[in-house]
Amino acid sequence: MAVKYNDFVIKFANVNGSGSASANGMFAKALFRMGIPVATRNIFPSNIQGLPTWFEVRVSAKGYMGRREGVDIMVAMNAESFAEDVASIRPGGYLFYDNTKPLAKELRRGDIQEIGVPIAELLLPEFADPKQRSLFKNITYLGVLTALLNIEFDVITGMLSKQYKGKEDLIKPNVRAMELGRRYAYEYLQCPLPIQVKRMDGIGDRIMVDGNTAAALGAVYGGATVCAWYPITPSTSVAEGFERYTSQMRKDQETGKSKYAIVQAEDELAAIGIVIGAAWNGARSFTATSGPGISLMSEFLRLAYFAEIPAVVWDIQRSGPSTGMPTRTQQGDIISAAYASHGDTRHVVLFPSTPRECFDFGADALDLADRLQTPVLVLSDLELGMNDNLSEPFSWDDSREYDRGKVLDAEALEKVQRFGRYLDVDGDGIGYRTLPGTHPTKGAFFTRGTSRDEFAAYTESPDAYQRNMERLLKKWDTAKTLVPKAEVATGSHRNGVLYFGTTALPMQEALDHLEDEGIGLDTCRIRAFPFDAGVEAFIRGHEKIFVVEQNRDGQMRQLLVNELQIDPARLIPVLYYAGLSISADEIHSQISACFSAHKLSRLTEVKS
Amino acid sequence: MTFVAKPKVHHPRLPLNDLGLTRRDYEGSISTLCAGCGHDSVSAAIVQACAELSLPPHRFAKVSGIGCSSKTPSYFLGKSHGFNSVHGRMPSVATGANMANRELYTIGVSGDGDSASIGLGQFAHIVRRRINMCYIVDNNGTYGLTKGQFSATNDKGSTSKKGAPNLYEPIDLVSLAIQIGASFVARSFSGDKKQLVPLIKAALMHHGMAFIDVVSPCVAFNNHSGSTKSYDYVRAHSETVVGADYIPHAEEITADYAPGTTERISMPDGSILQLHKLTDDYDPHDRVGALHYVQSKQAAGEVVTGLLYLDANAMDCHDIMNTVDTPLNQLTEKDLCPGNAALAAVNQSFR
Repeated sequence: MAVKYNDFVIKFANVNGSGSASANGMFAKALFRMGIPVATRNIFPSNIQGLPTWFEVRVSAKGYMGRREGVDIMVAMNAESFAEDVASIRPGGYLFYDNTKPLAKELRRGDIQEIGVPIAELLLPEFADPKQRSLFKNITYLGVLTALLNIEFDVITGMLSKQYKGKEDLIKPNVRAMELGRRYAYEYLQCPLPIQVKRMDGIGDRIMVDGNTAAALGAVYGGATVCAWYPITPSTSVAEGFERYTSQMRKDQETGKSKYAIVQAEDELAAIGIVIGAAWNGARSFTATSGPGISLMSEFLRLAYFAEIPAVVWDIQRSGPSTGMPTRTQQGDIISAAYASHGDTRHVVLFPSTPRECFDFGADALDLADRLQTPVLVLSDLELGMNDNLSEPFSWDDSREYDRGKVLDAEALEKVQRFGRYLDVDGDGIGYRTLPGTHPTKGAFFTRGTSRDEFAAYTESPDAYQRNMERLLKKWDTAKTLVPKAEVATGSHRNGVLYFGTTALPMQEALDHLEDEGIGLDTCRIRAFPFDAGVEAFIRGHEKIFVVEQNRDGQMRQLLVNELQIDPARLIPVLYYAGLSISADEIHSQISACFSAHKLSRLTEVKS
Repeated sequence: MTFVAKPKVHHPRLPLNDLGLTRRDYEGSISTLCAGCGHDSVSAAIVQACAELSLPPHRFAKVSGIGCSSKTPSYFLGKSHGFNSVHGRMPSVATGANMANRELYTIGVSGDGDSASIGLGQFAHIVRRRINMCYIVDNNGTYGLTKGQFSATNDKGSTSKKGAPNLYEPIDLVSLAIQIGASFVARSFSGDKKQLVPLIKAALMHHGMAFIDVVSPCVAFNNHSGSTKSYDYVRAHSETVVGADYIPHAEEITADYAPGTTERISMPDGSILQLHKLTDDYDPHDRVGALHYVQSKQAAGEVVTGLLYLDANAMDCHDIMNTVDTPLNQLTEKDLCPGNAALAAVNQSFR
């Protein structure tokens, strides 16, 4: 059988809370350190202990990082999900299980290969403590896998000693448990398998990190000083990351005091209220939440839009509505974020695709919010936020200055004849603001959600109200020129595909598959709402445009139709919203089916 | 209300404070509330307190929620910024504002609907977080702006203007504040300026959460004979337990109370808070005792007023969080951005 290197999907089926996460993480990290592109996906229940959990690793020499259907190697360590796990293996794939107890007949499949290792039996004489035995089970299967897949052993043992640095007494039993599995494999199994790994140079200087950590770090670099939040999966690690990095990087050297304030609020309403109060008073501030939190924050978001107060909100989307599937991914908050709240409202929304972009947007969103004096929502999702993704390393331009927007200090106020908070002095729809306590006699104004004139005086004058609302539209036009531009790759194709956020992960793979079938598409990755001119030009320049997104109702498509007055017939939805991240196979098959159904011309036909 | 604008000039003989300013420099725009509204008296008391303390009139952050009470921040301290925010959510906005700049005086004005109904959760949590601010509730027991519905502080059995009784238990914000961590808790009456002004002064000078519940009758909807928040009822049923005087550190202490009933408390800035105990068995430093006293008097239909609880040495939220002395909103790139070099180690931790 021909050996296939660095191209498979391995899935670990475990029991939640059994300590498998660290062993599985080590597996992925080892491959990464061997220079092999890997993508990890943690598929976990809304539960702390006891329910099934899966960890999927896509290994791809080509660098395809999206989810792929079908499992090549299933490490089935959970009796509860065993039948389902066996069923998910591709024909010709491998089932790795603990054969201390023999496999029931009805679970056997003729078209896969079984790899049984008596893990429990191996551990029994070695470790007296049953708790240890249970924990080391994970390390032992890791040991078996190093032999089966040809993983460099010193890479893994190196990680072990680093992980347990300072706790030397933990290293020894871990290495022993691992060697137990490895030795067994060499002795009794055919090693390595025809599916295996080989060191390559596929990583470069890239890092492996989750988007939430990157977002938190971006907020630190972007100068956020106030973080207010309420725990909600999958966003919690944004605030926790901010706490971790600020406690390392933002302590005053002399006094040990904190150059930041983190408030775990009583709910999302309070979290956004604190953010808005802090931003009103001139501190860069942000919150992180998920869909239900956006719903709760809506009233405040409308106030901030109208009162023109900067605020940054990270929405790490999960499967809705309501609690939906709270530990599964989706892109379901696009409409609710873009139009959050009552009355005529539009919010700036950013769509990061990679951890690096989470880092960049973590800082850029703060600049944008200050410049535009309005809330900026950043829509990530569980897939990007909570899974380790390959990413360009973080970097920062040390000459960069924060854009604090139009804020008048005391000196500037001295030169102002009459301060008008909502006067459109520069013609871009953005007025000048002042911060509380700036000047003894000038620049104070009253912020309110009620209608006011250009000088912030309360008024119910129909003209003044409408003038103000129209100025906000002008500001919206300004926003179009300031938000991150779409990434457009236009070649000679008649048709195109629009995508954003984590839909980018499987896109290259899908495009390659489509091209094999003679389907060529130009691409446009949307990075922000309002849509910049590039998005509109892309749509106008193509006949049919596929809009790929992970929700049921085609929310991005709705937004495009609504905002750009596009004929809906030209925008073809490609949707997936079952809670896992969208796969290349899904995109490929839907687009391919559409080409067939509509008899759209393929590459070969175009050429002829 | 009146639509006649206030004259910009003031009487030449108005007294000047230490900053050379008059009371007029602490006023705001003209009130749009009903003539005789208790809330206007509270605003006037704030003006007087700030003027007498010679505080810079632009160094306040005024925040409020929604309702009649929450309109009032535009009627005092017109040289300071104000924020009339979301119904029941003043505490979160105040928290953020105070986090951003700890040097400003934070004044929050709220109402009984705002703080005891829609915003009870936020009220409770800002108190337990001990934000350094003066939190005033203009408490009239009714929803004025929506024309006279009962609020959650309305006493059981108290009647509406049309005579219908309130069937539900009242929420006592004072008891709640004492219980969950306010280090300064007072109750007063909008019609008793002599008591209210020193309390506001002391609250502004207090380091930590200072809460004042001000019974402030609604002349339009809750000032009739069946109301327990009317001018007449409060005058007839209030009992002052501890009066307070605030004396700036520069001023000579001229106490006119009998020895033995007066206690002087040094404030962090060297000023003195002078408490006049009018009831022998009341100890404003005893949290449990204070709660018991307030509750037992309430059960007897009495409105206990004065400074009810004080812990002059309490920490505020910034102390608890150990934030830097410089206001967070004044920190620059140098303070906040760790720089590209630090990212090398961060990147390495993800390899």
